Amino acid sequence: MDWKLTGDRPIWQQLTEQVALRILTGEYPPGSRLPAVRELAAQAGVNPNTMQRAMAQLEQDGLAVGSRTAGRTVTVDGAVIAAAREQRAQEAARQYLDALAALGYGPEDAGRLIEEEAERHG
Amino acid sequence: MDEKIVSCRGLVKRYGKKTALAGVDLELERGKIVGLLGPNGSGKTTLIKLLCGLLQPTEGAVRIGGKPVGPETKAVVSYLPDRMYFADWMKGHDLVGLFADFYKDFDRKKCEDMCARLELDTGERVKAMSKGTKEKLQLALVMCRNAQLYLLDEPIAGVDPAARDFILNTIITNYNEASTVVISTHLIGDIEKVLDEAVFLKEGKAVLHDGVDVIREREGKSVDALFREVFRTDGREGGEA
Repeated sequence: MDWKLTGDRPIWQQLTEQVALRILTGEYPPGSRLPAVRELAAQAGVNPNTMQRAMAQLEQDGLAVGSRTAGRTVTVDGAVIAAAREQRAQEAARQYLDALAALGYGPEDAGRLIEEEAERHG
Repeated sequence: MDEKIVSCRGLVKRYGKKTALAGVDLELERGKIVGLLGPNGSGKTTLIKLLCGLLQPTEGAVRIGGKPVGPETKAVVSYLPDRMYFADWMKGHDLVGLFADFYKDFDRKKCEDMCARLELDTGERVKAMSKGTKEKLQLALVMCRNAQLYLLDEPIAGVDPAARDFILNTIITNYNEASTVVISTHLIGDIEKVLDEAVFLKEGKAVLHDGVDVIREREGKSVDALFREVFRTDGREGGEA
């Protein structure tokens, strides 16, 4: 996966979201060792201090577990991962509703549109 | 070690009648990558030359790690000038030898490894090198000193985007936590994401000094966008903001 960084928001927040996504999708499986901060920073082409801040946030969110000697690992707590996934899905739904609202559709249309679209894709 | 790596107080530099720096107050901490940002003629190169002792201030004072600029500070400052100063008959490995002779803190092995990774042919003469090759070689030499302060004057000007990425990567993977890197440039979009802090230099004064993410959070826009805004107002009529 590539790193996408936009100009309007702090870089560390975007990095946190993107590493979190890798955890939620299982690219970094529960209990696995996360790459070192320097390595991730080099991959993303960002300052290591910024990546450090992003990873500290992941720890605070409970998705990563830090250890002074062994680096960081993904949490083995399935409930934390499930909750974070659910939250991402809610955000996606929110964005979908906002996009429809901008076009003049209400929440009552949302379900119908989703069902129709799902049918078309089989 | 808790002394600020750079401390400037009321720094003024005049060349004859022309004022290049009009009173700069600036403090930089260790372990940061700092962008020194400003349009052409805003005083970036003058400030860097004062920090490395190539120029003497007209007024004010500069301290590096708490000490006045002199042989002691020069030993811990690694400087990349905005143009190449090496004799063009020299070969890459001559320069590596020159740095090894001149600087106690130069890591020859690291430099040779880096040259290999950058696919630099150190048997080539400077004269025959392309601009991008010269810049990469010069950067490798400068970054392979174990210095406390790296002053890079326009390290990414005039190289292609791939080489630019490589140069930025070299910088972020090779500086250490105890040292600070100052990068001067007007190409902000390219370097924004490698910076901790940005210093805006405008007409010889430091008009802004903040964390890059602090700026993004407060302004809701990139440092690049803010830069364009700050420097677009040049020449506009009206009073002080």
